[in-house]
Amino acid sequence: MKMENNSSEPAIRMQDLHKAFGQQVVLNGVNLDVPRGQTLLVLGRSGTGKSVLLKLLIGLQKPDQGEIEINGAPVTSLPLKELNETRKKIGFLFQNAALYDSLTVEENVAFPLRRHSDLQDSEIRERVRELLAQVGMESALQKMPANISGGMKKRVGLARALALDPEIMLLDEPNAGLDPITAGEIDELIRDMQQERGITSVVVTHDMRSVHTIADRVAMLNRGAIVAEGTPEELKQSDDPFVVNFLQEKQEK
Amino acid sequence: MTAKEAITSTPVAQPEWGLLKILRETFEWFGELGLFVWRFIRAALTPPYEGRELLRQMDEIGAKSLPLVALAGGAIGVVLSMQTRDSLVRFGAKSFLPIVIVMSIIKESGPIITALVMSGRIGAGIGAELGSMKVTEQIDAIEASAVNPHKFLVVTRILACMLMLPLLTLAADFCGIMTGWVANALSDRTPLQLFINNGFEDVGFDDLFPSLLKALVFGFIIGLMGCFQGMRASGGTEGVGRASTSAVVLSSLFVILADVVLVRLIIMFFP
Repeated sequence: MKMENNSSEPAIRMQDLHKAFGQQVVLNGVNLDVPRGQTLLVLGRSGTGKSVLLKLLIGLQKPDQGEIEINGAPVTSLPLKELNETRKKIGFLFQNAALYDSLTVEENVAFPLRRHSDLQDSEIRERVRELLAQVGMESALQKMPANISGGMKKRVGLARALALDPEIMLLDEPNAGLDPITAGEIDELIRDMQQERGITSVVVTHDMRSVHTIADRVAMLNRGAIVAEGTPEELKQSDDPFVVNFLQEKQEK
Repeated sequence: MTAKEAITSTPVAQPEWGLLKILRETFEWFGELGLFVWRFIRAALTPPYEGRELLRQMDEIGAKSLPLVALAGGAIGVVLSMQTRDSLVRFGAKSFLPIVIVMSIIKESGPIITALVMSGRIGAGIGAELGSMKVTEQIDAIEASAVNPHKFLVVTRILACMLMLPLLTLAADFCGIMTGWVANALSDRTPLQLFINNGFEDVGFDDLFPSLLKALVFGFIIGLMGCFQGMRASGGTEGVGRASTSAVVLSSLFVILADVVLVRLIIMFFP
């Protein structure tokens, strides 16, 4: 069907995405490719539809128009069963981690494993411990999400997203609402994870610091469209007024 | 389709009249409820099944409600005993007291009191829990991890309600009859054996079974209203509050309405 061979085909391809809620247009023709193994940082002001973009990618919402392909599979038109097969290859970190309140930290991370792997109970426990150790949370196994801090929740959320060894990670504001030190630690975790596992990721953020630590490429979203895209260095050379403004203001902070 | 829509929607959409709006929203609500029930049935019948979560919910909904339900049932037994005793003595029919207590508890008081108490406890609980899961993206997270949230959250809760309500009703019946005897024995010294023998003389399985079926339907209503209102929640913490309040109000209301219909049906099928 496609001319490219598998390795050069982008892991994620978004074509002409449109999404509106009532009168409010959120995305207005977004085109983006994410090459395999790379990290794309989507920057933009709050409320510009960055989170919506991620939800479209994993099929939680449907675009009004446009196509999304993940590993060549058309997410927008897949029946639920096949969409779920694709979802199993994707790890999603929600903005506030969205840990399940009624389950312990251990059960939260075990949630995808119990449902989508053939592992025995003891193996699942072992794996959960391993994942939590990677994010430095092994001591919180039996805690409830309500009793841990925001930064800790993000770590657990990251462990849960990694549980099924995803090929793709989607991260929604991984360091929003965290103090600069914790935010930096989360960024480091994400970078380590990319280097160890070669995961393709899309990170949505308004935090400029992440550009230097985790981004291979950066795309800037403004008024529902991509106004600039390139490596962090290329972006700095840009003369687009929005980009210049955004970068300057962030640096002044 | 679009032309038809345009014809039907323009005169309505422009000056939306108060009553018309309420009517439209009511129909929409029932339409969505119908779809929700259909999704529940489909998710309940197809594998995989969430056995572990079902057990957890049965414990949460059933076992943990036992003290409350037992207390409510017990109170009803005492009240019934005191009230009917007075009337029966007036008619010189005091010996009917056991059968009056047993019959009214098994047939009506037990199931309805259990259901109303559970509407409060479970309706509010499920409404608030699912509502807050909705507004904090936990339901999105379940869906994103390729698990059907209906299977995991809705089916387990509604089934647990349906399974536990009859059992809780039995517990309420038992407590009501026992406290009925105690209240009676305080002034009459009737032995328990005699009270039970008299009370159950004319009571058969035909009396117990329909009211347990009724409890099952009440369980379905309570679970359904809690889940439906919870999954519809939107708009932050305020939305969660609205979801749990409306779950309680609607489940109590529908339990009472369903009772009217069910009693009529029971009289028809179990004469």
